[in-house]
Amino acid sequence: MNGVPPEHALMLACGLFLLGMIGLVVRRNIVFMLMSVEIMLNATGLAFVAAGAQWGQPDGQIMVMLILAMAATEVAVGLALVLLLNRKFKTLDVDSASTMRG
Amino acid sequence: MLDLLWLVPTLPLASYLVLAVGGKRLSRATVSWLGAGSVGLSACLALALGAGFLASPPPDHRFVQVLWIWMNTGGFNPAIALQLDELSLLMVLVVTFVGFLIHLYSVEFMADDEACSRFFAYMNLFVCSMLILVLADNLLLLYLGWEGVGLCSYLLIGFWYKDPENGRAARKAFIVTRIGDTAFAIGLFLLFVHLGTLTIRDILELAPAHWAQGSGMAVAAAALLLGGAIGKSGQLPLQVWLPDAMAGPTPVSALIHAATMVTAGVYLIARLHVLFSLAPAVQNAVAVIGALTLLLAGFSALTQRNIKRVLAYSTISQIGYMFLALGVGAYSAAMFHFFTHAFFKALLFLGAGAVIMALHHEHDMFKFGGMRKEMPLVYRTFLIGSASLAAVPFVTAGFYSKDLIIWESWSAPGGNPWLWGAALVGAFITSIYTFRMVFVTFFGEPHGHAAHGPGIRMTLPLVVLAFFSIVAGFLELPHTMGNVTFFSDLMHTVLPAAEAENGRGNELLFQVIAAAVSLSGILIAYLLYYRRSAVPERLSEIPVIGTLGRLWFIGWGFDWLYDRLLVRPYDWLARVNRRDVVDAVYGAIAYITLGFYLLFSRTQTGKLRQYAAGIALGAIITIAVVIFL
Amino acid sequence: MEVTFYISSAIALLSTAMVITRLNAVQALLYLIVSLLAVALVFFELGAPFVAALEVIIYAGAIMVLFVFVMMMLNLGGSALEQERRWLNPRMYLGPVLLALALGGEMALMIGNTGPAAHAIATVPPKEVGRSLYLVYPVAVELAAMLLLAGLVGAYHLGAGKWTNKEEEITPGFRDRKAPGNPAIKERSI
Repeated sequence: MNGVPPEHALMLACGLFLLGMIGLVVRRNIVFMLMSVEIMLNATGLAFVAAGAQWGQPDGQIMVMLILAMAATEVAVGLALVLLLNRKFKTLDVDSASTMRG
Repeated sequence: MLDLLWLVPTLPLASYLVLAVGGKRLSRATVSWLGAGSVGLSACLALALGAGFLASPPPDHRFVQVLWIWMNTGGFNPAIALQLDELSLLMVLVVTFVGFLIHLYSVEFMADDEACSRFFAYMNLFVCSMLILVLADNLLLLYLGWEGVGLCSYLLIGFWYKDPENGRAARKAFIVTRIGDTAFAIGLFLLFVHLGTLTIRDILELAPAHWAQGSGMAVAAAALLLGGAIGKSGQLPLQVWLPDAMAGPTPVSALIHAATMVTAGVYLIARLHVLFSLAPAVQNAVAVIGALTLLLAGFSALTQRNIKRVLAYSTISQIGYMFLALGVGAYSAAMFHFFTHAFFKALLFLGAGAVIMALHHEHDMFKFGGMRKEMPLVYRTFLIGSASLAAVPFVTAGFYSKDLIIWESWSAPGGNPWLWGAALVGAFITSIYTFRMVFVTFFGEPHGHAAHGPGIRMTLPLVVLAFFSIVAGFLELPHTMGNVTFFSDLMHTVLPAAEAENGRGNELLFQVIAAAVSLSGILIAYLLYYRRSAVPERLSEIPVIGTLGRLWFIGWGFDWLYDRLLVRPYDWLARVNRRDVVDAVYGAIAYITLGFYLLFSRTQTGKLRQYAAGIALGAIITIAVVIFL
Repeated sequence: MEVTFYISSAIALLSTAMVITRLNAVQALLYLIVSLLAVALVFFELGAPFVAALEVIIYAGAIMVLFVFVMMMLNLGGSALEQERRWLNPRMYLGPVLLALALGGEMALMIGNTGPAAHAIATVPPKEVGRSLYLVYPVAVELAAMLLLAGLVGAYHLGAGKWTNKEEEITPGFRDRKAPGNPAIKERSI
């Protein structure tokens, strides 16, 4: 197949990342914030694959796999924490858990 | 033999260290033995050294013992070196001998005091510092001794520190002499910068080579050194500390403020006489200051009631005589008067101390009275001392030394009739106040009873000092009375002799005048005070004399003047600056930091989304820095 | 065949935009799954079939499913929708969008500065990936395994449900066994 210019893939990754970032800052629901983090992680993985594709090496894909493992872990633990937070504060508002301030 | 010179200041120093470290644990007897014994040993050693020195003088009449090099920075390497020549030998002998007698006296005087070891520690440190001062080979070491005696003076004046008045007097002494010390230090800097050395011998040789007579540098250096001497010796205008320094124990007043420390200024000027002869204006100033001071202090002594204050003003006045002699160029006359003055003034102080102690620390002489019968030995020795102070003719040492000065103030190259007149008036007043003191204290009806007479340790020094108050004068008899010139011959190798210029033939006449003056002073004192007549009170009721009397009582108002001129503005400044302007700078730093803290702590909101936004912002800025810079 | 790439990237961007603007959590999750599938296709286009498969199986198939399960378990209800409506107003988007545009501009600058691709995209077969993984990066594999183990243990521990009975319960992770008279604390081995 002809080459997809990696810059475009990088641009796509960039765009996805930015969308994830917007979601992270805008949304107040914890679950949505976690989802936005997932989006950002995915975008990073895309950037790695694009880089690996440019050089024709498997290192990019390996990095993506590691990111995958990390994302899985993070989601597992994060969602467990969300459950606990929900039980404590009776809400999923992230701004309610803001006692560590000053 | 002369190599043992270093032991002379070191023995008291060692005693000081022992007493300072472990004095509280030692018994009173041990403390007394250490304190007095170390000075006694130094005295014996000094006598032996003196005998050896005089018997076979070293080459150039000067023995230098270099102990070690003090510091070596950039070509400036003063040494801890002691020099022994006739002048320093004289000073050492006086300091150690009179010092030993006073230490012996204080063993009994301070017997009831629980801080005995502290007292002897300070006294020994004082003796050590004074010895370093007079034995120093270079001006830096001299300055060390200078500062040391100033420190010990402060410590000893404020010895009974629980009374804040004593602390105030000690502080006043220290601060006023500090002014002189600062002038001295600046003079040292000047000497070093221009002559490149601080060794006394080198200065005395280089100064005439580098500076012409009357040149600005010489005048500046001499004037600054004079400033230091004025401070330490209590001359005009820095004499205000000496009367208040009587707050200390009487042996302190005897040792420090009569015999030794206050004469350090005289020693300094005598030692550096070359500088002063290079600056005739300054030397004239020395004479004028001496004359004025002796008059001022004499008048003040006339009206005092506290016996120690009378003696304090008397000391200021007598040192004025020494300055007068130095100023007219009669150096050895000044040293001779220092020699005799040490004996009779110490004697007077110790005698006064005996009376004070016997009457339970009463200081007002008008409350004494009749001590002649209660304390006969003290009376007789005190009488001898007073006679010496008043320069009773022929039999007292004071006559010969003071008379010499009065004669030289007329006839020496720098002398003039005004100085002679001032010296004469001063002698007249000296007799009056001295015998006023004697008559009021020892004659008349007793007001109190002596608790107990002084013991042998107090009376022995009195007797010895009385002996010397008579005999010491015979070392130097004037031309008309035998022409013994032992003393001036001794000093001749160190100090230039004063050649009499005017009226050499009239020496006898002047002596007769001086003798008449002193005797008439005694007569007047007798008339006014022997019978406790009402004449003094009636005199003081006459308005002019009354105001004069009050003026003299407060020391011609110098305290008042300095208070208004210097102390109050400084207090005001300190009060206004209570918040401390300079401290505000540091406070501002803290305040700004606090401001930043308050600013940045606002960013810790605990809200996760804001943190995320912050991270994004940071990433933007960092990448921007990477791209654009 | 690049047109597939551009179509799938468009789908990815669009569905991601939908994710972050939905009110209903489950809807957002479903859009997210779509986005992940589109990205998997992009992976395929970039010559990485292995991670494309992994993306579908693990990311979309396991992680997102986990998300969905937890959302179901939370059982939020209509009040949650009301809440979301209140929280999300267009004014909120202003700042983040600006930030995103700034960051995007910088990234575009950086990407634009790099030169054009040297050669065409070559497919990296799974065999290559496997060989590289176990021969060159075995340590990474081990580390990933340890990470997963830690996550497993942590998730189990946190979700075990011991902290549910008391109202004034302290934050997770801290257990006061020694407080006397504490009936709810059962004996556990950990």
